[in-house]
Amino acid sequence: MTTKLFGTRVQRVEDQRFLRGRGRYVDDVLSGQRVLHAAVLRSPHAHARVLEVHVEDVLDVDGVHAVWTYEDLAELSAPMADPLPLLIPHPTLTHGRTQHALADGEVNYVGEAIAFVVADDRYVAEDAVGRIRVDYEVLPPVVGIAAARAATNLVHEDVPGNVGARMEQSNGDAPAAIAAAPHTLSLDLLVERSSCQPMEGRGTVARWDPDINRMTVWSSTQTSTGVRAAIAVKLGLDLGQVDVVTPDVGGGFGVKINHPWPEELLVPLAARALGRPVKFIEDRREHFISSAHERGQVHHVEVGYDDDGRVLGLDVQFWHDHGAYTPYGLIVPIITSTQLLGPYKPGAYRVRFESLYTNTVMVTPYRGAGRPQGCFVMERTMDAIAEALGKDRAEVRATNFIQPDEFPYDHGLIFQDGRELEYDSGDYPASLEKIKALVGWDEFPAYKAEMAAQGRHVGIGLACYVEGTGVGPYEGAHVHIETSGKVKVATGLTTQGQGHATVFAQIVADVLGVPLSDVEVVTGDTRRMPYAVGTFASRAAVMSGSAIHLAATRAKEKVLRIAADALEANEDDLEIVDGVVSVRGAPSSSIALGTVAVLSNPLRYAFDEQSKLATQFSVGDPGKPPVAEDDEPGLEGKDFYSPERSTFASGMHAVIVETDPLTAEIRILKYAVVHDCGHLINPMIVEGQIHGGVAQGVGGALYERMAYDESGQLLNASFMDFLMPYVTEVPTSIEIDHLETPSPLNPLGIKGAGEAGVIPSAAVFASAISDAEGFPITSMPISPSELYALRLQNSVVDERAQRASRDTKETS
Amino acid sequence: MKPAPFDYVRPGSLDDALAALAGDPGAKVLAGGQSLVPLLSMRLAAPSRLVDINGLPELSGIEANDDGVRVGALARHADVLASEDVRRVQPLVSLALANVAHATIRNRGTTVGSIVHADAAAEMPMVLCLLGGSVDVAGPAGRRTIPADELYVGPLESSLHHDEIALSAYFPALNPGAGVGFEEIARRHGDYALCGVGAVVTGDTVVAGYLSVCDVPTVVDLSGVADADLGDAALEHLDPGDDIHASADYRAQLVRVLTARVVGAARKMAA
Ligand SMILES: Cc1cc2nc3c(=O)[nH]c(=O)nc-3n(C[C@H](O)[C@H](O)[C@H](O)COP(=O)(O)OP(=O)(O)OC[C@H]3O[C@@H](n4cnc5c(N)ncnc54)[C@H](O)[C@@H]3O)c2cc1C
Repeated sequence: MTTKLFGTRVQRVEDQRFLRGRGRYVDDVLSGQRVLHAAVLRSPHAHARVLEVHVEDVLDVDGVHAVWTYEDLAELSAPMADPLPLLIPHPTLTHGRTQHALADGEVNYVGEAIAFVVADDRYVAEDAVGRIRVDYEVLPPVVGIAAARAATNLVHEDVPGNVGARMEQSNGDAPAAIAAAPHTLSLDLLVERSSCQPMEGRGTVARWDPDINRMTVWSSTQTSTGVRAAIAVKLGLDLGQVDVVTPDVGGGFGVKINHPWPEELLVPLAARALGRPVKFIEDRREHFISSAHERGQVHHVEVGYDDDGRVLGLDVQFWHDHGAYTPYGLIVPIITSTQLLGPYKPGAYRVRFESLYTNTVMVTPYRGAGRPQGCFVMERTMDAIAEALGKDRAEVRATNFIQPDEFPYDHGLIFQDGRELEYDSGDYPASLEKIKALVGWDEFPAYKAEMAAQGRHVGIGLACYVEGTGVGPYEGAHVHIETSGKVKVATGLTTQGQGHATVFAQIVADVLGVPLSDVEVVTGDTRRMPYAVGTFASRAAVMSGSAIHLAATRAKEKVLRIAADALEANEDDLEIVDGVVSVRGAPSSSIALGTVAVLSNPLRYAFDEQSKLATQFSVGDPGKPPVAEDDEPGLEGKDFYSPERSTFASGMHAVIVETDPLTAEIRILKYAVVHDCGHLINPMIVEGQIHGGVAQGVGGALYERMAYDESGQLLNASFMDFLMPYVTEVPTSIEIDHLETPSPLNPLGIKGAGEAGVIPSAAVFASAISDAEGFPITSMPISPSELYALRLQNSVVDERAQRASRDTKETS
Repeated sequence: MKPAPFDYVRPGSLDDALAALAGDPGAKVLAGGQSLVPLLSMRLAAPSRLVDINGLPELSGIEANDDGVRVGALARHADVLASEDVRRVQPLVSLALANVAHATIRNRGTTVGSIVHADAAAEMPMVLCLLGGSVDVAGPAGRRTIPADELYVGPLESSLHHDEIALSAYFPALNPGAGVGFEEIARRHGDYALCGVGAVVTGDTVVAGYLSVCDVPTVVDLSGVADADLGDAALEHLDPGDDIHASADYRAQLVRVLTARVVGAARKMAA
């Protein structure tokens, strides 16, 4: 038997290429060819009427090929004059709004596209952009949730109160349960904006071939099929005329699932109009001000609980800052409102939210997608209950857990995919035991006392989450065994560095009994797999992994059928080891997979020794058609996986921090993670996802924010001032333990793992810093300066006060 | 993030470099490029000509003798930091340099470039002021020496003329029996500091230098001030501001904490 690769630490097949700088990203596509380069004029105002755009100065600049404003779009392609699509409509999104590819008379955030320039190179294009003059009538901007709620000014004239959507869900009568509860608390909790900031920004290259009326587009996207459909619609092409290929993608983290970006349409439009390939590569400043942000939400919690800390009623209201537009619908706030519940089962639950417009960059999912906020709200609430009752924080959590024998557990709510929020499996008490052991929860009070005696402040934090992963509707896969015995696998969703080429190959190698090195995986190429959804919601392993497993299984069935025929054996007696099919116990009776592939495809022509085997005078029953009626030539398997609902992964993080008593600097002493994503396909890759997630979470909790001023200017639109952590700011080691509670929803028992690492960060750091400081942390992220201000507010003795008291003692 | 068009010249002699500068009022000197190139790419600066001085190897020397340290205009931060002679003659230079940016930037960026760039958040301008050093410059009218206390006239503004090239910076040696200290706090490792403090203690004389809490590098004489009051005494000469990374209050707290630590360290070294 070939050793099973599923579950083992297989080295990533991608790494050689990536680490040696041989990745091929969208900016590498067609380089060295006569490609034109695009640049975009972006609004310098958060809110303004665009009265006139003067492009005359630019049109005859040497090297400039096109300058387009909104006025030009309809003539180029009628649908281009309409707003961009609202991708995920929802009945409660009564006032959904999307921008135009180029602003139609009004701009609603600094960075909104106004004009599109195509030139010989990006230098000339930027020079040209700098020469376009625009007459604006500046309108009052709405910045921040408070201003949006006050609605003194409106973002969109026809959206009263700046409210895009109001939504409510409940299970039971939460207000009544709270009113009847022995104890109650209310909390106000805030999370600020951040953003994905992948190393590679957005980028698109397009080539139009007029001879065959075909468009090829390369885009740095998380959904090639989505981009393809959007381009076809907006450029008035049939799907069959458009191919979208996703080259290597330097990170996505959610921002590249939103589509089509204006440039994703304008670039192919220009390629067709100008008859030359066109390229747009976003720069970092553009990424800050024109790609999406996330996380900004304000929450109010009312909770009622009993003497044990059991939550009897939970009533949450929150305000979601949607930015200027809602292209991705209400996915983020819906996820917050449902995933907030984590591993707990409150007696009754009500959640209400308003999704508000502001004159800032729009909000679409960023890794975690609303869950970090939900987790922060729930976990802060758990900590507050423990604090109020004087109980251990872990104990209060355990009291509220859904128990292992209660699965499937239906929360009585509707999740982001329009289906019931029903957890498939999990074991939260076991996770809690593991995390407590891993971080040293029970030993911590003694350590804290010991540190306090040395004048050092340490604190421990704990946060639990549940993540709905692997959402539908479907993914598909195509597995093709070549006559060389090598296996080509195609799945339509895209890859941004997760290691799909490795884990998918592991699955196929196991099913087909071939060496890993014989399996080649292609993702995100609509020429190879035109039906697909995309990479988001920790869904690739679950969705494409399952589809690939099913497709490979189909291919195997065909292999065994043909081999059984050739070997005159029974299918059930066959096994495939190292690419050779043989009769179990009679290894001399065998046939190579490649030969089976040859036999699967009856030939008229032979090209080599091997293919002679399949030609018309060698094989086949002359009395029957060469390809049976219900069969196809070739050794292929194709299948789709479309589950009833999401599968729910879970985990717990714990951190020990030290806060400097004088400078309020926050140091991470220990970080521990227990993670349950069902069966692990490749533990090393899962741990890599956790490491990256924790690093990103540290950024979100302690460093990053979008600093908008009241006029709507983003003050820190560069890596100089947007403080993404360096390697020096993230923990040097992360202790990880796994739990494997299989999902009953898919053949491999797997759950998603992509986003998990980042979900509990804000919650776990707030918990630990509160513990170190002795006062609640209700707003994240937190900087040393803010912690210092909180100390003053909470009248914690500061350096001056200490010194003053010392001085008084000395003089008295 | 592509610069606007500019002329580029890389002269082979100082005279040619001076002529190239004098010939274009929109010209700028290019040294390590670690401050200038980002400004160009973000189109925050659009000089009409760059005069690259990297073709003048005579400017790359680092000399350290009993009197002090002289650093040539092309000496990279990394080379100065690696010099054992520099560390021996004036340890404050090395202490502070270890806090300048990250290794990759120190490999290209020049110490003199940093000094004439005149950023009040940079380490080396403050060190030059604290030690009472100077900069030698050459211009169409010949050479002159600008003492540190005449070098900084405002935020990002030095008293160098447009047509002058800084040739070297000079840091006097540490006096026997004297001690120095340096510490700063930044949001991330290698970032520009929220507050940085250097100190020199010579007998009863205590002087401290400050960065990021004042418009220009600021030196304060703290001789005779009670230990507990050092920071507050310094704050009378400083003007910590609010920005997105820290409040003025917090920066003032850092002035107090760091002044006490750094003066303590300098005393310990002097003892
Ligand atoms: C990410 C990042 C982080 C950084 N962090 C820090 C930090 O923490 N602390 C710090 O101090 N610096 C920091 N720097 C700046 C770095 O130290 C620069 O190298 C330095 O400030 C300028 O030196 P340079 O040789 O690169 O000068 P350039 O960028 O080439 O020039 C800077 C300016 O000085 C002028 N100039 C340079 N040399 C001369 C000369 N000989 N005569 C006349 N004019 C001249 C130029 O015309 C230009 O105006 C950082 C830079 C980056 C990119």
